[in-house]
Amino acid sequence: MAPETLQPRADSALPEQAMAPQPWRIHSVRPDVASNEVFSWTLYPEPGVEPGPPPAPGQFNMLYLFGVGEVPISVSAITADGGIVHTTRAVGSVTRTMQDLGPGAVVGLRGPFGTAWPVEQARGRDLVLVAGGIGLAPLRPVIHAALERRDDFGHVVVCYGARSPGDMIFRDELEAWGARDDLDLRITVDRGTAAWRGDVGVVTQLIDRGGFDRRNTLAMVCGPEVMMRFAASSLERRGLKPEDIFVSMERNMRCAVGFCGHCQIGAHFVCRDGPVFPYPVMEPAFRIREL
Amino acid sequence: MNELLAILEDQPFFADMEPEHRRLLAACAAKNGYPAGTRLMRDHEPAETFWLIREGQVALESPLREGCVTFQTLGPGDILGWSWLLPPYRASYDARALTDLHTLRFDAGVLREHMEADPAFGYMLMKHFSALIVQRLQAARLQALDIYSHGGPGHGT
Repeated sequence: MAPETLQPRADSALPEQAMAPQPWRIHSVRPDVASNEVFSWTLYPEPGVEPGPPPAPGQFNMLYLFGVGEVPISVSAITADGGIVHTTRAVGSVTRTMQDLGPGAVVGLRGPFGTAWPVEQARGRDLVLVAGGIGLAPLRPVIHAALERRDDFGHVVVCYGARSPGDMIFRDELEAWGARDDLDLRITVDRGTAAWRGDVGVVTQLIDRGGFDRRNTLAMVCGPEVMMRFAASSLERRGLKPEDIFVSMERNMRCAVGFCGHCQIGAHFVCRDGPVFPYPVMEPAFRIREL
Repeated sequence: MNELLAILEDQPFFADMEPEHRRLLAACAAKNGYPAGTRLMRDHEPAETFWLIREGQVALESPLREGCVTFQTLGPGDILGWSWLLPPYRASYDARALTDLHTLRFDAGVLREHMEADPAFGYMLMKHFSALIVQRLQAARLQALDIYSHGGPGHGT
């Protein structure tokens, strides 16, 4: 097991001060797909706000739209000057309202919450990141960390699956990562287009191509649950031990501090004990229907 | 022959086979190259071959009236072709080289005869190809689920 991810980080926001949203201002909005259905906000704290500890890769914040509602959004990047980037898909009433906000708007922010990807545990090992759809967002800080400290890691493989070429997010960065010799970026789409020259098929087939040392690899997987289950199977088939695989769960997180129970899976609160879990901890839950 | 054996030993699909089975497979294999654009398989045509892709990319396509639709691509380490294994021994899709290809090409017609004559070899190869077919079937199911769609599984608030 990995203690690093089994316990909430010691520097996570403490429950007694975690329930009051602090005002943060939207500095910029960036559409991540042409339809603007997926977009990124860069946020900075309003004057007088003491920001919490910088979010670790994999952690999330609760973003509060005054009078509308609050949603858990994972952190997709930290800027050099302390801004926090959140990437969101407009799928519900809150996130659709978020879509209409522009630079200058103020939102409430609580956090960071939850467990982090075990980046330190991957030092000296090959690193395989498997992302599906918008699941690339919570893994992007890991890619940034790996590239900043490239010598700390062995072979770095990023497998990314999207619905179609038009649904791929962070396209500029994908292009930049693809041009690097020290990062093995593999991209596939479920449905190609006439202009698409890359791979077609599910993201698990990118894992099956190997290219990492099965005895010394740590894998992090983020995407729809069914994808994570099949990705973990593929990784195990390639020889990874289950305890070397980590997944990030998504549930209806409300309080973010493990009080309300909305995000409970079995004995675990995703907001407090997750969202990043060692695969063996979540594997039994994957086998329970409708959980 | 030794070179072909070495290639097979390095590939996960063949790595766990008994040495004598790998030798038999190597005896039915040859290195082949194909330029980009080559059509290796055509829907409904007799299937007497399978390939191990060593370098390059292949598109599996369904021919429709509107044109060919790519439903999967294969790359290095992937096996292309399993229709040779079961009657009526006809391809069920097209396969086209998207890039220049380096492959090992196997004479599946001869391998079928070996499988009939040597049940242990036949069972071993059938198990390996069954696993491959199951993987492809699971992949096709995942694609059909459209898991990244609006409001599909895994998308919340």
